[in-house]
Amino acid sequence: MATSFQSALQNLRETKVWKSIFRRGPANTNRTRSLAIFGNLFLHWMPVKVREKSLRMRASYYLGSISFILFIVLFVTGIFLMFYYHPAAPNAYRDMKDLQFVVSNGVFLRNLHRLAAHLMVFAVFWHMFHVFYRGGYKPPHEFNWVVGVLLLLVTLFLSYTGYLLPWDQLAFWAVTVGTNIISAMPFIGHKVRFLLLGGNIVGENALLRFYVLHIVILPLFAFVLIGIHFWRVQKDGGLTVKPKDEDGKE
Amino acid sequence: MSDDKKASVTGSPHAVPGSNGVTRRDFLNEITMGALGIAGLGSVAVTYQYFSPNVLFEPSTTFRAGNSDLYPVHSVTFLQDQQVYIVRMPEGFYAVSAVCTHLGCITQWKPDADVIACPCHGSKFRPSGVKIAGPAPRPLPHFAISLTADGELLVDKLQIIKPSEVLKV
Repeated sequence: MATSFQSALQNLRETKVWKSIFRRGPANTNRTRSLAIFGNLFLHWMPVKVREKSLRMRASYYLGSISFILFIVLFVTGIFLMFYYHPAAPNAYRDMKDLQFVVSNGVFLRNLHRLAAHLMVFAVFWHMFHVFYRGGYKPPHEFNWVVGVLLLLVTLFLSYTGYLLPWDQLAFWAVTVGTNIISAMPFIGHKVRFLLLGGNIVGENALLRFYVLHIVILPLFAFVLIGIHFWRVQKDGGLTVKPKDEDGKE
Repeated sequence: MSDDKKASVTGSPHAVPGSNGVTRRDFLNEITMGALGIAGLGSVAVTYQYFSPNVLFEPSTTFRAGNSDLYPVHSVTFLQDQQVYIVRMPEGFYAVSAVCTHLGCITQWKPDADVIACPCHGSKFRPSGVKIAGPAPRPLPHFAISLTADGELLVDKLQIIKPSEVLKV
């Protein structure tokens, strides 16, 4: 059974199509294994080698990976929700209620999106604290720390803009209060609030602007920053590993 | 001519300068960067204009509050749609904003305590708008209030007036 599967796999690897996609021969040496990683768009930013101790649970608690997985969950469920949601009044609130009570599995998707969002804020903060207390912001990781801070801000802005979209009382007052905080900025505060809301009150313009920020602009920033963040982890020499991790003692 | 051409191809710092010591490459670079800079600033300006709406479909900021006889003396009436208190005291009428000056929550009139209280962060005001407690930085503003020809109260929420300006009826 195993041999027939392996020979089938071998035959597949000999085909012209497979060779045109992967180009490399079998990854049976360290060099060809490295080339297999470098030659793959989805893997090329990953390290070809990692230290075993950086894979231990307490090196990272996989908090960055958890944040990223939650982001992907949010990306997918968010696109699903967009199929039923109109960013307009009064449709927005009704669409949200339809998702809860009418659309098949709508409540599951909505709650998955909502809970993953709460969890992502939690995971990103925990990730940041964990990196901070391990000294992960120290050279050569300073630049990536700053990228991480930007990612925290993007996460919070995503959370905040998404909060308005159900268009219920909670959303309305949260955004009223939040945009009034913005208008406390010296000199430009009221102008920034006007631009953000597209008016003087939290109305349809504000809903549409927050929607565009939430589904296009901020996710785009997040993807670019996540790309830089992951890439720099490898370029900066992998995770911060403390000497005490070496012998397995805390 | 041949020297100039060579300079622009190689970009050598020792290229033959023009009469005022600027190479053709430097000159073109500065002109191009300058033009791009001006175009960039212009783009920022027109983008800013684009994102500032010229017409707003928001509720009118001027409204009629009904006949003045509707309001007894020593009364505070909350108009929910307009988020305004119409206060009638012996000295006259005034219109006080119901929007808390802290973060924009809608305050509530508490007749038992004779205060206007904000449910969000605990600010408290007198019916005259004077702040007596809480994080609110300013008193509640008074809006311009007048009488129409047919005896109705007219409030303009865009005009903030001094608390001493009271409408006598």
